[in-house]
Amino acid sequence: MRTRAEIKRQRWAIAGFALAVLLLSLMLKSAYYQLVLTQVLLWAVLSLAWNLLSGYGGYFSFGHAAFWGLGAYTVALGMIHFGLTPWLTIPLCALVGSAAGAIIGYPTFRLRGHYFALAMLAYPLAMLYVFEWLGYQELALPMQREAPAFYMQFADQRVYVALALGLLVLSLLISLRVENSRFGMALLAIKQNEPAAEAAGINTWRWKMLALMLSGALGAMAGGLYAVVLLVITPETVFGMLVSAQALILALFGGVGSLWGPVIGAMVLVPLAEGLNAELGDVLPGIQGVVYGIAIIAIILCAPEGVYWRVLDRLPRRKPAAPEQPARMPATIVPLPRERAGATGKDLLVLRGIGIAFGGLRALDGVDLIVPEGGLYGIIGPNGAGKTTLFNVINGFLTPDSGTVSFAGSALTGLLPNQVCRRGIGRTFQVVRAFARMTVLENVVVGAFVGTADDAVAARMALAALDRVGLGGRAEAVASGLTTRELRLMELARALVSQPRLILLDETLAGLGHDDLGGILDVVRQLRTDGTTVVIIEHTMQAMVQLVDHFTVLDHGRLIADGKPDDVVRDPRVIEAYLGKRWVEQVASRAN
Amino acid sequence: MPFSLVDLLQALSAGLLVGGTYALMCIGLGIIFGSMRVINFAQGDFLMLGMYAAFYLTTGFGVLAFLGPYAGPIIAAFLAGPLVFLIGWILHRFIVSRVTGAGVAQIEGAGAYGQIIVTLGISLILQNGGLIVFGSTPTGIRTPLSRSSWEIGDVLLNQGRCVSFVVAIALAAAVYLFLTHTRLGKGLRAAADNSQAALYMGIDVDRAHRIAWSLGVGITAVAGGLLASSQTFQPYVGFDFVIVMYAGVVLGGLGSILGAFWGGLLIGVVQQMSTLVLPYQLQNTTIFVVFLLIIFLRPQGIFGRLSERT
Repeated sequence: MRTRAEIKRQRWAIAGFALAVLLLSLMLKSAYYQLVLTQVLLWAVLSLAWNLLSGYGGYFSFGHAAFWGLGAYTVALGMIHFGLTPWLTIPLCALVGSAAGAIIGYPTFRLRGHYFALAMLAYPLAMLYVFEWLGYQELALPMQREAPAFYMQFADQRVYVALALGLLVLSLLISLRVENSRFGMALLAIKQNEPAAEAAGINTWRWKMLALMLSGALGAMAGGLYAVVLLVITPETVFGMLVSAQALILALFGGVGSLWGPVIGAMVLVPLAEGLNAELGDVLPGIQGVVYGIAIIAIILCAPEGVYWRVLDRLPRRKPAAPEQPARMPATIVPLPRERAGATGKDLLVLRGIGIAFGGLRALDGVDLIVPEGGLYGIIGPNGAGKTTLFNVINGFLTPDSGTVSFAGSALTGLLPNQVCRRGIGRTFQVVRAFARMTVLENVVVGAFVGTADDAVAARMALAALDRVGLGGRAEAVASGLTTRELRLMELARALVSQPRLILLDETLAGLGHDDLGGILDVVRQLRTDGTTVVIIEHTMQAMVQLVDHFTVLDHGRLIADGKPDDVVRDPRVIEAYLGKRWVEQVASRAN
Repeated sequence: MPFSLVDLLQALSAGLLVGGTYALMCIGLGIIFGSMRVINFAQGDFLMLGMYAAFYLTTGFGVLAFLGPYAGPIIAAFLAGPLVFLIGWILHRFIVSRVTGAGVAQIEGAGAYGQIIVTLGISLILQNGGLIVFGSTPTGIRTPLSRSSWEIGDVLLNQGRCVSFVVAIALAAAVYLFLTHTRLGKGLRAAADNSQAALYMGIDVDRAHRIAWSLGVGITAVAGGLLASSQTFQPYVGFDFVIVMYAGVVLGGLGSILGAFWGGLLIGVVQQMSTLVLPYQLQNTTIFVVFLLIIFLRPQGIFGRLSERT
């Protein structure tokens, strides 16, 4: 997220850009150049729309032609069949586009990665054939000589430049707004680690759908205006692969996930393609495609991350401005942990008969577990015992085949991880799931959104949480540069920033040296003192015996022992499961 | 039923025959996707290259005229393979390898952008370069076989397609045996499963990828060469097949060669069967619908497996 001063500067940049385009449009004499300029602006809008979902959220779409085409056909058919003016139908395109986004997103967001990208590829192409079959091979917008302005038909091409510019400015402002809100943060978190975002309380489904619907709305409006400007549309020119490809090529060329990348891409590549077409198209048909292809390959080999990011890296770095908010909030501002009953012994988390199988493997088999409020509860077991599976069942990543989970008296079974998080359960992961390219502070802020509707408060809560785990000094460091210990602490901060009643720690101590262990153990103990219930998974007993006040042992998906640490470690079944029979004999001989 | 049993059998057999060639091109894409995890948009254009290579070898240069109208097109289709293999090799060596491979995979996400742009760029160059070199007039290889049919009962089997089918199946089987039974093939699959681990085990992953890429485009080109005698084509024909290929590969399960084979075959059948109930123009829409259904209902495909850990 940017500071307020930076956002203001970006707004000025947008205003300056708009002014420059207007001036350029006044200077251009030929109507042809005006047309090219209009197209640059419209393609920039489509590319920005693409960037909203795919650049920020990381869900690659090969099918943005669907929105563009639906917009174009809405305007064309509306005018031909119903005599509707584009002044009405272009805003209507926003509705059509977002509805299409919702309909497409609903099934498609169950997919990820390559599958999502390929599924998106299919939508516009299926529409293409349908529109051809419906007999809309070529639609020409009728000339309206009676009231041209009413039908958005202007002799002066500069009006179209202004209209397209208006749409582009709108898209830029929306993108800027998204970038600097929890919407953008949620998308970035989804892009980098979706399960972690979900577990941190981000409703990933909702944000993805919103991004696609917003993206669809902008894309469809641009497509609608495109139909008005070009006057003739065919399924191939509006639903074709080239449209979808254009949207992503421009953004990738200019810089993915940046405000200006798509605009830069459109400013460079669209005139290049048009120019080549005009200059060489008659002499050697196809040469423009070849040159265009060579150009994008050459650029991407030199700057794989896109022009914008490459230029940004080359520029002398601005000194990071002092954060506006008082960065080091003293710990006293920390909203004190809610007054809790402490170790009341009331049952907080109750699992009954949990069973789950993966294929033929019974990962959990009839597990009953009761965690009282205020305790520090340890679950141990050898590798493959089902410990992480148990956590995944509790926090909603997995739905058990049988059994129920209830938390503070209400059932959790069937809830999504973000809903579970909202109910007050935070968790960390066995393999740290950081948002690698975000700063430590941003990582924790993502977790804080659950606790407050105010983004500024979320930032303050995140700083407080970082102070609590002793990572306050590293707030501005990028997560990918942290040590294992710092990553574990950061994840801990992310889990506790929303002040959950229960925290699930999955092998938080694993992979740490003796010296690093101490700091983390202190934080965990402090959590308990503050009244948070902690369930911790480990497979090493040593650290756990000193830490927890209740032990549960899992082996092969079954609960084999349960009780006070001292009793459990003496339980022969536990020793056998853990250390093998020889140990049992050894312990027995020692006891004698 | 709006159609007769004969129609059904006719569509089924036509689907199987065309599906054989689809299966072969799907294997080509499957090898590339399976080992490199690259979405190759240019795959259809390599198919187009295979078509034109077969076309010129058969008719243009007359080199194969002495092989006769029967063996000529088949041999030409086979020769298209090595030719496109070579083109693929060069493209990978100088362009594709710079945005793919073990080194790039390290950068989270950033690698994928470059790959997409590069294959889109190659696709543009091949299509439009094809337009310059080959011209835009649709052409096709005319053979006596493609104009005559065998009759089984009331069902007509196009002889040209039958021969293409047999050849495609035979080549697909050979490729499968190569991948499962030779040292080189096993190395390719190891690099596909886990390129990092393969790297540590001393497998030259970059070379494995280059072979996979070139082999993949080469095989798809042979499939194109086989198709060239039963349909007309122009430089933009490749795109029609990109969807066929991805649908087939996803249907079978990304990364599975056997799956790609069955997926391609099935797509051919679905495409032809759909003409029984739907207008001809919508036969490709059927493929998309099937494609979408597969990814929703069984994203791992028929032969694939899902693996993810939290």
